[in-house]
Amino acid sequence: MMLEVENLNVHYGAIHALKGVSFHLEEGEIVALIGANGAGKSTTLNTISRLNKPTAGDIRYRGVSIVETPPQDIVTKGIVQVPEGRRIFPKMTVVENLEMGAYIFSDRQRIEADIEMVFGKFPRLRERRKQLGGTLSGGEQQMLAIARGLMARPQLLLLDEPSMGLAPIIVEQIFDIISEINQQGTSILLVEQNAQMALSIADRGYVFETGKIVLEGDAGDLLEDPMVKEAYLGGG
Amino acid sequence: MEALRKKFSLTLPQNSIRIIRIIAALLLLALIIVRAMDVAAKSQFGADTWLRLSVSGLIIGGMYALIAIGYTLVYGILFMINFAHGEVMMIGTFGGYFVFEAFNAIQVSGADGNQLSFLNAYPVIAILLAFLAGMTIAALSGLFLEKFAYRPLRGAPRLVPLISAIGASIFLQNAGQLLFGPQRRQYINPVVLDRGIGWNLEVAGSTVVLTYTGIFSLILSAILMVGLYLLVQRTKLGRAMRAVAQDKKTAALMGINVDQIISRTFVISGALAGAAGVMWGIHNGLFNYYVGFLPGIKAFTAAVLGGIGNIPGAMLGGMFLGIVESVGPAVLGIDFQLKDVLAFTILILVLIFRPSGILGEALTEEKV
Ligand SMILES: Nc1ncnc2c1ncn2[C@@H]1O[C@H](COP(=O)(O)OP(=O)(O)OP(=O)(O)O)[C@@H](O)[C@H]1O
Ligand SMILES: [Mg+2]
Repeated sequence: MMLEVENLNVHYGAIHALKGVSFHLEEGEIVALIGANGAGKSTTLNTISRLNKPTAGDIRYRGVSIVETPPQDIVTKGIVQVPEGRRIFPKMTVVENLEMGAYIFSDRQRIEADIEMVFGKFPRLRERRKQLGGTLSGGEQQMLAIARGLMARPQLLLLDEPSMGLAPIIVEQIFDIISEINQQGTSILLVEQNAQMALSIADRGYVFETGKIVLEGDAGDLLEDPMVKEAYLGGG
Repeated sequence: MEALRKKFSLTLPQNSIRIIRIIAALLLLALIIVRAMDVAAKSQFGADTWLRLSVSGLIIGGMYALIAIGYTLVYGILFMINFAHGEVMMIGTFGGYFVFEAFNAIQVSGADGNQLSFLNAYPVIAILLAFLAGMTIAALSGLFLEKFAYRPLRGAPRLVPLISAIGASIFLQNAGQLLFGPQRRQYINPVVLDRGIGWNLEVAGSTVVLTYTGIFSLILSAILMVGLYLLVQRTKLGRAMRAVAQDKKTAALMGINVDQIISRTFVISGALAGAAGVMWGIHNGLFNYYVGFLPGIKAFTAAVLGGIGNIPGAMLGGMFLGIVESVGPAVLGIDFQLKDVLAFTILILVLIFRPSGILGEALTEEKV
């Protein structure tokens, strides 16, 4: 098993943000985490990336616990997060942002080749290679955020709301690319409020509600589930 | 009374405050110009004096700039003013001093068989080692300062590390006094860098001396500043520093060890302050444990002037302040002893009228 999260508890001061969350992800899967605002989805990803420390529970990556691993080593192990709100470095160019993504590598030639590879996936970024990150449009920033994540050569990609604030046509494009990345061998943990889109490309899904998982199953079944339909798919 | 004052300032529209500020600034400017014209009319000083003052301003300005970079780098990354930075410079001054002392005590036989000190037999090695020692020990103080005085307070309200910084500054000053005594010491320079001698320029019928120590300091500060700029812009470490300054969380997600980059920022800042400290000793000669205090505050002024967080701003701010301090009293026709007052007047004026600095600032969303 690639990723196992077991009884994860996270507190922010007095706020109990995750109350015993357990789920798993098999090698090669896309797993969607869906749920309303404040349900704890980002907290889950940030705890996997070790930006938060859990108060209880365990996270195992390929059988090894990573709850004590510092954030930079999580990235070296192949777990890469594309954060919520894109968080492009505003005062760096597109190319510099991509180079930041490849920070853990030092082989220049390989980095150059990877930049070409992501430009192949996102031709828009090639046109804007010298532009400052802060001046890109929302869609371009999301593309850059994913491209920057790919520069670290992830084996497990954690995507936090890639559709946030984007026009439907851009969302389609981005989700096509996410599927493509997955088909090329990267496992994906996808956090989304857009449950329809997420479940349409995912293998399985988990539904979060106020710090707990309340429902889980194959993506197709979840799309048909009356409760999911009611709460997240606009009444079905 | 208090209530009345509050009410008054509340009812005063934002615009009129602005207008008052502008009028005040214009009045000040007019005052300076009238005063300067008055001084010029009396032609108290010739071209030679102006040149002498400008050059000595540039030299001191270079040192302020090196120290100011440290304030700006640390602020850019941690949003705190490292008030102990002047003491880091002081430690650097002592580091270089002891190297010169030691080499002065070692006797070697020169090329013609005469006994002379190692300091004068191998001045280049002595100077290199003095800077190496001063910069290393200052860099280490920066490192420890961060580790023990600031890191434990990471995430605390912004005032807390500031208080810790002031505490660290007082602690280091007192430690310096305990270790090295309160008396003033004199840098023993190699003969090639004898203080006071230099190139003689004939200007307006009188001689202006461009001292070797001054020229040396100015060139070295310029080299260090260019080096720092290249480091920040071109190297992987520099890129990581910029990333951490822009967004710590995302920097961590890129695999950057944020704590390590913060440590290295303190190391670089410390090394530059240490270099300035050794220059200070070589150029000015006399110093004691208190040597870092005034340059520290002046460099802080320079950093604020250039827009705190802005590296080229700190460099320009330092040079500018050095010149103003040196030329200013002559322009205004006031006593040269008042140069410190002039520097602090500038600090206060900038903080009141343009707290974001002359060049604007490198503000980020994280700045609270
Ligand atoms: N840094 C923080 N400090 C304090 N509380 C936090 C912090 N981050 C998140 N929380 C709280 O933890 C809970 C879970 O937040 P989280 O960001 O994980 O939700 P989410 O499911 O990602 O929501 P959204 O869909 O709006 O992004 C919320 O109640 C939130 O207010
Ligand atoms: Mg979220």
